[in-house]
Amino acid sequence: MTIALALVSVQRLVHLSPVDLAIIIFYFALVLAIGFYLRGRANTGEDFFMAGREMTAWVAGLSFLSANLGALELMGWAGSAYQYGILATHWYWIGAIPAMLFLALVMMPFYYISKTHSVPGYLKLRFGEPARAVSAVSFAFMTVLMSGVNMFAMAKVMQIVLGWDINFSIWVSAGTVAIYVALGGLRSAIFNEVLQFFLIWAGALLIPILGLYETGGWSNLKAQIAQRASEQYVHLWSGLGSFTNNPMGINWVGIVFGLGAIISMGYWTTDFLVVQRILAAKDIRSAEMAPIIGAGFKMMVPLIVILPGLLGLAVLPMKLVGQNAAGAPGVYSYNDVLPLMLARYCGPGLLGLGITALIAGFMSGMAGNVSAFTTVWTYDIYRPLINTKGSDHHYVNMGRWTTVIGVLISIGTAYLVMQFASIMDYVQALFSFFIAPLFGTVVLGMLWKRATGPGGFLGLLCGTMSSIGMWTWVKADPTALRYVALSPNAKALAQDMYQALWSFIVCVIVTVVVSLATQPKADAELTGLVYGLTPVPSVGNIPVYQKPLFWAGVVAVVFFVLNIIFW
Amino acid sequence: MVSIWFFIGISLLVNGFLILAAGLYELGHPPQHPVVLFQLHANIWWGGILFLVGALYCYRFAPPKQRSQLW
Repeated sequence: MTIALALVSVQRLVHLSPVDLAIIIFYFALVLAIGFYLRGRANTGEDFFMAGREMTAWVAGLSFLSANLGALELMGWAGSAYQYGILATHWYWIGAIPAMLFLALVMMPFYYISKTHSVPGYLKLRFGEPARAVSAVSFAFMTVLMSGVNMFAMAKVMQIVLGWDINFSIWVSAGTVAIYVALGGLRSAIFNEVLQFFLIWAGALLIPILGLYETGGWSNLKAQIAQRASEQYVHLWSGLGSFTNNPMGINWVGIVFGLGAIISMGYWTTDFLVVQRILAAKDIRSAEMAPIIGAGFKMMVPLIVILPGLLGLAVLPMKLVGQNAAGAPGVYSYNDVLPLMLARYCGPGLLGLGITALIAGFMSGMAGNVSAFTTVWTYDIYRPLINTKGSDHHYVNMGRWTTVIGVLISIGTAYLVMQFASIMDYVQALFSFFIAPLFGTVVLGMLWKRATGPGGFLGLLCGTMSSIGMWTWVKADPTALRYVALSPNAKALAQDMYQALWSFIVCVIVTVVVSLATQPKADAELTGLVYGLTPVPSVGNIPVYQKPLFWAGVVAVVFFVLNIIFW
Repeated sequence: MVSIWFFIGISLLVNGFLILAAGLYELGHPPQHPVVLFQLHANIWWGGILFLVGALYCYRFAPPKQRSQLW
C-alpha cells in the first residue's frame, strides 16, 4: 500500500504539509535504525528481557514515565481537562506522586534484591506458584488485549485527525513495533520510550506557551474559564467537599483513598508494564532514583496535557461534545482538544512534530505492552509451566517469537474491536479489576511476614472476584452505584475509585484471615522478600544531595506546594 | 555502544532543522490561512532551539567521545 493510497482524503481535522510528512517518516526511520543497531546486543535472556540490567537512573526513570505517557493518555486527559477542568490534574499529582515515591523508597529494594524478572515472579518467590499463575496469566492476557485496543484507538485517531486509512495505521505501526522489539528486546523499547519522551515535550510544549500568551496569562485564563464554564473548573480541592460541588461528581474520599491510596499505588507499584523499566536499573541507587526522577517529571506533565485542555475551554470558538455526539462536520469531541490546539498554533513542521509525538506515544505504549507480555509469557508461563529445561538461547528465541505473536494477537484484537466497539469498554474494565487486589497482595507480602501462600492466593482471587462482582452489579442495575460509591450523585469515575477501594479491602481481609489460619513460612525462607527480615541494601556512602531520600523529600515538598497553590 | 542521548540529539537536530527551514520559508511566502499567533513565528525560534539542543547533544554524546557509563 503506498503512502498516497493510504492517506485517504476523508474529513480530517488537520492537513499535513510535505515537511510534516518528512518529520513523521524520519521518526519511523530512526526507530527502525535503533532496533537494527541494538539487534546484536540482545543475545542473552538478561539482555533481551531485562536490557542487561544496566540502565542509569535517568534512562530508567524517563522510560518508567514514558511507558505511561501514551498518546491515548495525553489526548484523553486533555479531553478530561476540557470536560472536568483542573480536577483532571489529580490523576497526575495525588494519583501518581505518592505512589511513585512509595515504590522508590519502600518497594523497590525488595523487587531489586530479589532479582526477580517480573512482578508475578516476586509473587512466586513470596506466595508460591498458584499466586504467580493467576497473576501472570491475567496480566499476559490483558496486556496483549490492551495493546490491541490501543492499536485500534490509534488508528481511529489517525483517521479522524489526518484522514489516514485505519488498516494502513494498524499494519505500519504494528509492523514497526514488532521489528524493533523483536530485534532489540526491552533495551530497544526503553530507547524508544526515552526518544518519545523528548518528542512529546518538543511537540506539545508550544501549546501552553502560545496559549498563555494568547489568553494573557494564568489569571486571565482563569477568568475566561469561569465566564465560559464555571469557577470550579480551576480549583483542585475546594469543590471536593461533596459529590455535587464539582464537575466530576466525586468527593475527596474517593480521590484521596480510592485514587491516591489504592488505584495509583496498585498501578505504579505492581503493574509490570511500568515496574519492568525500573528492574532494568544498573544498581540499587539507580533503581530507587528512577521513580523519583519519573515523579519529578510527572508533576510537570499537566503543563502539556491539562493546560491545553483548559486553554481549549477558553479560546476554541466551538463547543466540544461527548464522543457519541461528535462526528458531524465541525462537531468535535472532548478528546480532539489536543489536536485542535495543535492545529490552532502549529504551522508546517511544528504540526508534523506534534503529530509525530502522538504517533510515538501510541507506538511506545504498544511496545511497552508487548515487551512486558513477552517477559511474563516466557519467564512466568512458558518456562515454569511448559518447558522447564530450555537453554537461555532457547528462551531468547521464544521471546523474539512471542513478540511477533503478541503483535499479531494485538492486531486481531484491534480488528475485533473494530467490529464490536463495546469490547473496548470491557477490556479496559477487565484490566482495572486486577490492579487494586494485586497491590493488596504484593504490599502485604512485602510488609507482613505472617502472610502465607494460601492467604496471598485467595486474597488476590477474592479481591479480583469482588471487583468483577461490583462492576457486573452496576452494569446490570445502574442504581447500584449509590451503594458502591456511597452516593446517588456519584458518577462513573467515582465508581472506579470506590470499586478499587472495596476490592483492596476484600483482598486484605481475606489474606489476613486465611494467613492467620494457615501455617506460616519460616523466617529464613522469607529473607530478601519481606521487610524486617531483609537487610535493605545501602545506597552507599554518598553526599546527602545524591541520596534518593533527599530527592524524594524535594519532590514531596513541591507536590504539597502545588496542591496548595491550585487548591 | 552509541549512547541513547546521541539518538535523541539526532532526532532534535533533524526535526529542528526541518521546522526552522519551514519557518524561514514562510517568512518569504506567508500562508493564505495562517495559524493563530503566526506573527510570533514560533516555528523559527522553536525550530532553532531544537536544532541547537540537538547539536549540543550530538556533540556531547557522539560515539568517539562517549564514556561507557553514560547510559
